[in-house]
Amino acid sequence: MTAMTATAAATSSVSPKNMAVLTQLLEARTGQQIASYRSWRIDTALKPLMRDRGLATLDQLVSRLLGGHDLPLADQIVDALVNGETSFFREATVFDSILAAVTEVEAQGCRARIWSAGCSTGQEPLSLAMLFAERREETGAPIPEIVATDVSETALSRARAGRFSQFEVQRGLPIRRAMRWFEPEPQGDWIASSDLVRQVVFRPLNLVSPHWPPGRFDVILCRNVLLYLSAEGKAGVFSRLAAALKPDGLLVLGAGETVIGQTSAFEPSRRLRGFYELAVPVPGAK
Amino acid sequence: MKTCLVVDDSKVIRKVARHILETLNFTVSEAADGREALNHCMASPPDVVLLDWNMPVMNGMDFLRALRESALPGRPKVVFCTTENGMAHIRAAIEAGADEYVMKPFDRETLESKLQIVGLA
Repeated sequence: MTAMTATAAATSSVSPKNMAVLTQLLEARTGQQIASYRSWRIDTALKPLMRDRGLATLDQLVSRLLGGHDLPLADQIVDALVNGETSFFREATVFDSILAAVTEVEAQGCRARIWSAGCSTGQEPLSLAMLFAERREETGAPIPEIVATDVSETALSRARAGRFSQFEVQRGLPIRRAMRWFEPEPQGDWIASSDLVRQVVFRPLNLVSPHWPPGRFDVILCRNVLLYLSAEGKAGVFSRLAAALKPDGLLVLGAGETVIGQTSAFEPSRRLRGFYELAVPVPGAK
Repeated sequence: MKTCLVVDDSKVIRKVARHILETLNFTVSEAADGREALNHCMASPPDVVLLDWNMPVMNGMDFLRALRESALPGRPKVVFCTTENGMAHIRAAIEAGADEYVMKPFDRETLESKLQIVGLA
């Protein structure tokens, strides 16, 4: 089967009517869109919900959603469709740069504030917590304030519990760090130490809603989140990210993301490669 | 190309690991026990050894100790890959000179991640 035929066959498993209902729900709740190349995931992602309810087809699930009597269903569908892909120390060199950025902030006598926006099940903020907790052990330097947000309450519950499967704990996490900061359970999950989890403030937040964490941040990580938003949604989030960043702050996007052509609020950082900073306003420009 | 020696008494595990490693651009060789692996390392040291724990003839820990005590030039990385997933086993492996530890069952992402951590992927 050619790639094109395979894609078409996979896409056709979700009818246009069901696709429209599900995409509208996801976009209304999160601002995220389902790109056509991700549509093949819908069936797979929703299968557990169908199984739990004894439903055989996606049509039945969508009918139940539209019936409006199964109140938790909409939230559960959104949770299942949001891409929660993450891992510990994802793109490891980013963390070295964040360490350097935080050190610069601290040199001015301030405690740094970091925001992990779209933290999913918590691997990113917990990686930051590990990094700075280890630094505290070595140098006595304080751990920055780490705020982590996600649109999915289910993902946040898992993050707060600090519970990770054996597969999750092995992705990106060196074994010495796993031994230092996690305890294995007999069933195979690994539990993050409460000392570590306590370093992160987890909060529900929809990036496309007007309610954002208070205050401004020295570093904002918003990696592999904006790529699922519409151009309009992206522009709005960029503008609010700019408002949430301190004047010398840094924005971190995913490896395949850029601000170029997306917003005029940010420009590539001159201090740290791969990071972004607030654009210097051009005199006279509107 | 980087080289990896897969040491496991299970032919199936060796086949699965070989398939993953070849997609990660490794040249792969195999050994079914620690003794065979040690002979291979003496003749042709790999960049990394993916090492099972429980094997006949010579187990993974005995192999690792012998490897680290040998006068082998260079220092092949050793990544344990085992069903021995308790903290005591992990600690013993690290103390004996293992660089990383993969808990079975594993998948491509896990293996790739661990090889990145030891600087080889």
